[in-house]
Amino acid sequence: MTTEVGSETEVKKDAEQVGPDKAKGKPEEASETPGNDKSRKASSEETQDSPVPAPTSPSSPSSQKKEKDSSESKGISRFLPPWLKKQKSYTLAEPKDESKKRATGEEQVAEESESHPSEGMAQPKRSLETVAENNAKADDKEEKHSVSSAETQPAKEDGKEMEVEKVTEEKEEKEKRETKEVQTAESIPQKPPKKIKTVQCKVVLLDGTEYSCDLEKKAKGQILFDKVCEHLNLLEKDYFGLLFYENSDQKNWLDSSKEIKRQIRSLPWLFTFNVKFYPPDPSQLTEDITRYFLCLQLRQDIASGRLPCSFVTHALLGSYTLQAEMGDHDPDEHRSDYISDFQFAPNQTQEMEEKVAELHKTHRGLTPAQADSQFLENAKRLSMYGVDLHHAKDSEGVDIMLGVCANGLLIYKDRLRINRFAWPKILKISYKRSNFYIKVRPAELEQFESTIGFKLPNHRAAKRLWKVCVEHHTFFRLLSPEQPPKSKFLTLGSKFRYSGRTQAQTRQASNLIDRPAPYFERSSSKRVSRSLDGAPMSISDQSLLRDFRTRGQPGGDKIIDLAAAGEAKLKEGGREDDGSPLKTPQLELIQDGKSNSLRVDGENIYVRHSNLMLEDLDKTQDDLLKHQASISELKRNFMESTPEPRPNEWEKRRITPLSLQTQGKHASRAEGPCTEVSNADKSSHETLDIVEEKKQAEVGIEETLVIDETNKGKIQVATDAGETCKVEHLPKKDSSSLPSDSSSSSSSESEDEEVGEYQPHHRAVEEVIREEQEEEEDVKRKEHEEKIQHVEATLEVSQLTVPAECTQVAAEDLVQENATAIPTEEKNLSEEIKQDLGEEKEEEQLKLNGDVSHVDTDVSPQIICCSEPPVVKTEMVTISDATQRTEISTKEVPIVQTETKTITYESPQFDGSAGGGAGVLLSAQTITSESISTTTTTHITKMVKGGVSETRIEKRIVITGDADIDHDEALAQAIKEAKEQHPDMSVTRVVVHKETELAEEDED
Amino acid sequence: MGRGRAAGGALSAAGAGGGGSRAEPGRSDPPASPRSMAGLGGGPAAFGRCTHAVVRALPESLCRQALRSTAGPEVDFARAEREHQLYVGVLRGKLGLQVLELPADESLPDCVFVEDAAVVCEETALLTRPGAPSRRKEVEAMKRVLESLNLNMVEMVDENATLDGGDVLFTGREFFVGLSKRTNQRGAEILADTFKDYAVSTVPVHDSLHLKSFCSMAGPNLIAIGSSEAAQKALKTMQQMSDHRYDKLTVPDDAAANCIYLNIPSKGHVLLHRAPEEYPESAKVFEKLKDHMLIPIANTELEKVDGALTCCSVLINKTSEL
Repeated sequence: MTTEVGSETEVKKDAEQVGPDKAKGKPEEASETPGNDKSRKASSEETQDSPVPAPTSPSSPSSQKKEKDSSESKGISRFLPPWLKKQKSYTLAEPKDESKKRATGEEQVAEESESHPSEGMAQPKRSLETVAENNAKADDKEEKHSVSSAETQPAKEDGKEMEVEKVTEEKEEKEKRETKEVQTAESIPQKPPKKIKTVQCKVVLLDGTEYSCDLEKKAKGQILFDKVCEHLNLLEKDYFGLLFYENSDQKNWLDSSKEIKRQIRSLPWLFTFNVKFYPPDPSQLTEDITRYFLCLQLRQDIASGRLPCSFVTHALLGSYTLQAEMGDHDPDEHRSDYISDFQFAPNQTQEMEEKVAELHKTHRGLTPAQADSQFLENAKRLSMYGVDLHHAKDSEGVDIMLGVCANGLLIYKDRLRINRFAWPKILKISYKRSNFYIKVRPAELEQFESTIGFKLPNHRAAKRLWKVCVEHHTFFRLLSPEQPPKSKFLTLGSKFRYSGRTQAQTRQASNLIDRPAPYFERSSSKRVSRSLDGAPMSISDQSLLRDFRTRGQPGGDKIIDLAAAGEAKLKEGGREDDGSPLKTPQLELIQDGKSNSLRVDGENIYVRHSNLMLEDLDKTQDDLLKHQASISELKRNFMESTPEPRPNEWEKRRITPLSLQTQGKHASRAEGPCTEVSNADKSSHETLDIVEEKKQAEVGIEETLVIDETNKGKIQVATDAGETCKVEHLPKKDSSSLPSDSSSSSSSESEDEEVGEYQPHHRAVEEVIREEQEEEEDVKRKEHEEKIQHVEATLEVSQLTVPAECTQVAAEDLVQENATAIPTEEKNLSEEIKQDLGEEKEEEQLKLNGDVSHVDTDVSPQIICCSEPPVVKTEMVTISDATQRTEISTKEVPIVQTETKTITYESPQFDGSAGGGAGVLLSAQTITSESISTTTTTHITKMVKGGVSETRIEKRIVITGDADIDHDEALAQAIKEAKEQHPDMSVTRVVVHKETELAEEDED
Repeated sequence: MGRGRAAGGALSAAGAGGGGSRAEPGRSDPPASPRSMAGLGGGPAAFGRCTHAVVRALPESLCRQALRSTAGPEVDFARAEREHQLYVGVLRGKLGLQVLELPADESLPDCVFVEDAAVVCEETALLTRPGAPSRRKEVEAMKRVLESLNLNMVEMVDENATLDGGDVLFTGREFFVGLSKRTNQRGAEILADTFKDYAVSTVPVHDSLHLKSFCSMAGPNLIAIGSSEAAQKALKTMQQMSDHRYDKLTVPDDAAANCIYLNIPSKGHVLLHRAPEEYPESAKVFEKLKDHMLIPIANTELEKVDGALTCCSVLINKTSEL
């Protein structure tokens, strides 16, 4: 087999040269039914040989799957879920071929995409593959980390065989299951009994009882959750969730879209049914039974002390509880001690019980449902109602609590609220290692956004907090959940998104509930109170609370679990391998490099394309500066672990001659708008970095940290940003994003990802417009960038529907100075073609998505991904805080159609440089300046290539404004200025990307 | 409870938080049902309800020995007494409150400012530990009188804590505590522990004696705020910290922004504010509150020693004798 594989690879290479389109076709072909290995091989080979994709006969289910896969690889992953396994197995197989791959470099990428079809063949025979399959099944398919760079794959393969499958996109679960089954069938010979393994699951319900059921081992969280809700007869279930505890005080929400096993790992299958999103107005719940469960939760919260109440409130709420569960006070039946069985408060006193009894008498006549409603009406006003608290430290190392609630993020010091960030005020939420960051809008008179960092006990805690924020924001402020980042583009960090229904959706859905009010027993308080002591939740809650109250110091556990992290990374690596095959590999590569490699490097390529990127860069700098500042200031706050920059390492890496890996650069070059030599070179370096980093990642986080430091050092060198910023309130304009450098492997969804970002996007709701515009600009820029990429590969005019109100013209000047002769290589035509195709595919994807409002969601993440880890642009309709508003805004989906045009002017010489020989990057610098209507980003790169130095200046000017601005004039002015500023340089390329608002649609 | 927006231009919506956070109308609480009134103050609807008031006569030592932030003309004791009697008379006679008047204590020159000695919210009273050591003993008399009202009493015994009631603004939904020379973080924490139902946010206060030296509640959802930079800055902070969106009533004079809002069953919205003779411009602003029964009260003498309207009483709403 091995030999054969090798040959396949070669074949693939050939095919690759022909073009990416073939690759696309191939998968489809490959989708043919897997008969025996030989036939499969043959088919796959055929595919490879013949550039024309042969229409597959969808005879067998497996073939269908394959088809899906192929399409998936194209990037239309959503529709088709199948291959995961195969991809995986393929990946596993690859290591053997590694040497070849490396040699081939660029072809690797193509190969991979192509190779999927052939995977089927290889799988059955290899034991490794088998393993992979097993793993795959175990894995979260949902966590699709799609695109991991091809380059990364080899490294990971080397590392270990334990791979995590990454599914490119969410396909329907059904499909997935089918796929699984089929795959199982295929693998049957090797793995005998695993199929129907079931596990017993226990769920502690809100009334303290335990529900148990048998679940398939690979079952997703949703299945269990649905079972529980069915058991409870609960329809409005979106407010609830299942918790599992690692350690006694770390609660995690079970992600319903992922396999349970992967989430709990080695923990027992023991869960707790809890309220996840506390409805701000419980009276809007449709069914009494839902309110009842909410009451049960709140009684627990109150009794455990998690929800603090005054004495009077304890008594009042307790009296409603009595009324609901025991009915009217009966002097005969209810003696003085009847209350002692209930627990109303953490410290229940005789006095309180007496008061409860007294108040109970006053509720005569209230039905249980009414009593519950009254209970909720009072409980909802408690200041800590629905606030999910997390221990943290501020930039000065002071213990604080972060509270996530429906309206935003609250900051407490001890019991005092010291700050508050409403969702509309938060532009981005991210975490990196154990740090959690929010980027907030500039205050009224301020000019700059600021990023505020908090230190959490460990990175898991940071991620947990981040997830909770993402979920709360989505649930309470969006109309519908945003789509997770597309798998096609490699992203670092978590792709986690809230996948359930939002409050708006669940309200809508519950309006349709049409059933007689279900009967249910209410008599659980006693049980609840009793079970509280033993229940894990109470422990955690109380510990939390205790700290909260007593200013106890949250355990400053800053040590990251290396073992766990390492493992995670491995898995991630595996997923990445499975990255969507056919999707423009180049893009993936680049992005990979971007994310993985030193920021500085990546920046070179992307700055031009992404303002966001720039922001990130700045951020990075800030971050670094912060670091140093903080260190020097002896504030032990931030990232203690970070040593000082080590340029040497960077240097080393850069110089490391992994010739094979340079291939990567081609790909990147292709992707990149860049036909530029320097870019190519850089990308190659990035590639190197990536590989190395991946390896290191496998070793453990420590390595990652080192890299990180290196990066930082580098960055500092590259950019002369002299500002010293503290962690808090960086007066940096683009201080938002955090450097994603560290965790190259963090792309996966695994629990250990190091970084995560989320940008709550708020659609303009009435008054907001001004601020909104900023965001829109961002969006536009991103789209814009995306566009530019297309343009650079080809010349095309594309239309994109953008939900934005502003019009934007962007001009990009590429000024290239040829100090000496610049050695140029000929472009690799096939590469170019691939690019184009790849781009087109992307376009297709976007269009396929169809949903207008999502278009830019799709686009933006990709671009962001280039620069940073997991960024989510949640352009969405904002549901404002007020309930009344919610309804209004619900209908107002400001979608504005825009016309987008991109034109590229390129001087001939420029083309030549696209080939990109290897060079040495001397320095890279990025400067951003802004005026009212324009944003200018200047990126200067100095390269030495074969003794020739080259300085490249890329200017990216974004002109934003409405019709009042003459964009053409502004553009002309910008070009003119560019020329004037650098009289000794020549303009090699001008790309104009114009988006014009066409009309407004979909406005209710 | 239709307070209405009759105030015209002077009554502008206080945007919650500067910059980005608009669109955050707080929860629109449905009118609290009678049954829920016992808890959480019965919700915003019950804000300003009041049955009792604790006041204290002023000692003659006040004229020379009362603490004052700025030197100035001496207090005219006779006039101060007249003004105070008028003040008490309004509470007792005009508004029908049960006024509990403590006798003056010559050893406590500031004892007339009872507000600083206790914070009462619903059925719970927090006896403070005033920031000025010379005033700590004022609490003793306050304790006795509040005990007679059968309130849940909490004493601030922590020797690291200081809190003046003048730094505590209760909006009906939450507390804001000014961190001033008289009130520290620990004091605020104890207040938060005492009134667990409510959010307690801290507000830095630099240029004034107390948080309420430049603001107060002028209605259930209405914050009266002075025009000074410090006042406006503090308001911003409060808006930023709050989940709720308050209306604001901006008056030209910081001192005039300290007024007393009451919700008297037979009279509706009642507002005690500084007299037009003292602050004519600010009085004009108050006069735009058409739904309020306006009662101008002069406070020229006590103002010389940093006294404001709210300083001279502790208002209590006893709903039950439980």
